[in-house]
Amino acid sequence: MAGVLGGLPDSVLQFAYLIASVLFIQGLRDMTHPRTATRGNGISALGMFIAVAVTVLWFEILSPLVLAAALLVGGGIGAWLAVTVETTEMPQLVGLFNGFGGGASALVAGAELVDLTATGSGLPVGVTATAAIAGIIGSVTFWGSLVAAGKLHGLVGGSPVSSNVGHVIKAVCLVAALAGGVALVVQPGFAGGDLVPSYWFLIVAASVLGIFLVVPIGGADMPVVIALLNSYSGLAAATTGFVLNNTVLIVAGTLVGASGLILTVIMCESMNRSLTNVLFGGLGGDDEMADRPDIYEGNISETSPEEVEMLLDVADRVVIVPGYGMAVAQAQHAVAELAELLDEDGVDVEFGIHPVAGRMPGHMNALLAEADVPYEKMRELEEVNPTFSQTDVVIVTGANDVVNPMANTDDSSPIAGMPVLEVGEARSVVVNKRSLSPGFSGIPNPLFAEDDTSMLFGDAKASMQELVNVYKENR
Amino acid sequence: MTFVQNLTLFVLAAFVGYEIITKIPTNLHTPLMSGANAISGITLLGSVVVAGSGSTTLATALGFVAVVMATVNVVGGYLVSHFMLDQFSQRGK
Repeated sequence: MAGVLGGLPDSVLQFAYLIASVLFIQGLRDMTHPRTATRGNGISALGMFIAVAVTVLWFEILSPLVLAAALLVGGGIGAWLAVTVETTEMPQLVGLFNGFGGGASALVAGAELVDLTATGSGLPVGVTATAAIAGIIGSVTFWGSLVAAGKLHGLVGGSPVSSNVGHVIKAVCLVAALAGGVALVVQPGFAGGDLVPSYWFLIVAASVLGIFLVVPIGGADMPVVIALLNSYSGLAAATTGFVLNNTVLIVAGTLVGASGLILTVIMCESMNRSLTNVLFGGLGGDDEMADRPDIYEGNISETSPEEVEMLLDVADRVVIVPGYGMAVAQAQHAVAELAELLDEDGVDVEFGIHPVAGRMPGHMNALLAEADVPYEKMRELEEVNPTFSQTDVVIVTGANDVVNPMANTDDSSPIAGMPVLEVGEARSVVVNKRSLSPGFSGIPNPLFAEDDTSMLFGDAKASMQELVNVYKENR
Repeated sequence: MTFVQNLTLFVLAAFVGYEIITKIPTNLHTPLMSGANAISGITLLGSVVVAGSGSTTLATALGFVAVVMATVNVVGGYLVSHFMLDQFSQRGK
């Protein structure tokens, strides 16, 4: 059924899609610099608006009233979530949104099949093949993202598990989902009935697959998972575009697929682990830890905010290394205030940010930007590492594995070869942590036992706030 | 359009994507991810193009839920990116 614009020549629709594609590309180009990034996001949103508006007016899907209601409800929920979310909860929200995108494509494919069967117009191969792909990728993305978001939010257990039973279930589900897809494409009549059972069988199998894919993966690897699922949903869109000969779907889907894949690769490289290892490896066996000698015994020196303040008083250069602990404690404002005070007093302050610190790519940067830290102060690993030898004080807050020197010294360690922030080069290191418990990798950190390292035990927010107060008193 | 033409588009878009996205600084990876996420909501278009007018109640119900979910993804994704980027650009000037 043709909509309001349906009477116009097809080239008008194609031209609108071209404009939308150009806007998506320009939007991403503007993202390459913080100054233009906001504009880029707006341009990309405009592209989306044009693509959706033209399509909706061209082909009349749903009734206009139902469509308007759906857009209003969805827009309302999306806006409400975006406005009310805390910056620290951003990773799970992005995961959740990603899941919704996948779920939507699976559901529309289903609606389409049900509709075509009911109207007796038959199921062409193009439609069933798209539906099968959209259904599998959509369901895996939906359930995988929900589990990932649940892990990030602490609703689902965060520890990594590696079991052979899990691998078998995944393999069985994958085969079942593919079989359902083939049945749908080859013999829609045989697998028929009005409700297209083979499609829903495929959905169930892919859903179970999605859950079992993500459940065994540890919380700290979630950024990789979310980036990967993001790239899946992009590739699903591109595939749909192939079947429908829809240009904007191919372009936009490919861009998203590229972005997700590049982020995935960057993060895997920063951990010196392969994607296969992240997805199927299961890091951090507890059993082998028991017989390790206690490297902390007698080598830990505890410090107080007053002592740290004295160190800072005579420092010329200070580097702050934030980690996930800072995000959990919401300590970014206290940390930023400390940096600002030091900066005012002429101390050279910078932030050393590890690529996988936190729970999503660029997580620490987003948090610190929220706390008004200028982005010039946030240094990447390669930039900041050579400067540690000229640094007087390094404050590590809520980070552990990313500053563990064992990555460079111990070949048998699970994080061997992972690039780390070499904070030990600095004159003195203050580590703010709640306890000596190991990080995600499950291994002890010899840095804590070094002579130049002192431990400031406590919650990141409380400790940093106290440090700020002490520093202010003694200015 | 033929398959080869589609493939041409795909390959060119992949190169453009690679060139642009590798230039985006780590700082902006979080907003990039939620922005790209919002773009992936475009999958909805594909299904919209093929979908009929929702002649059965079940299809209408499924379509309704799908549009709601996709809109949450698109609107939420763009807004989250926008708020985050605002914080960057305030200090970036």
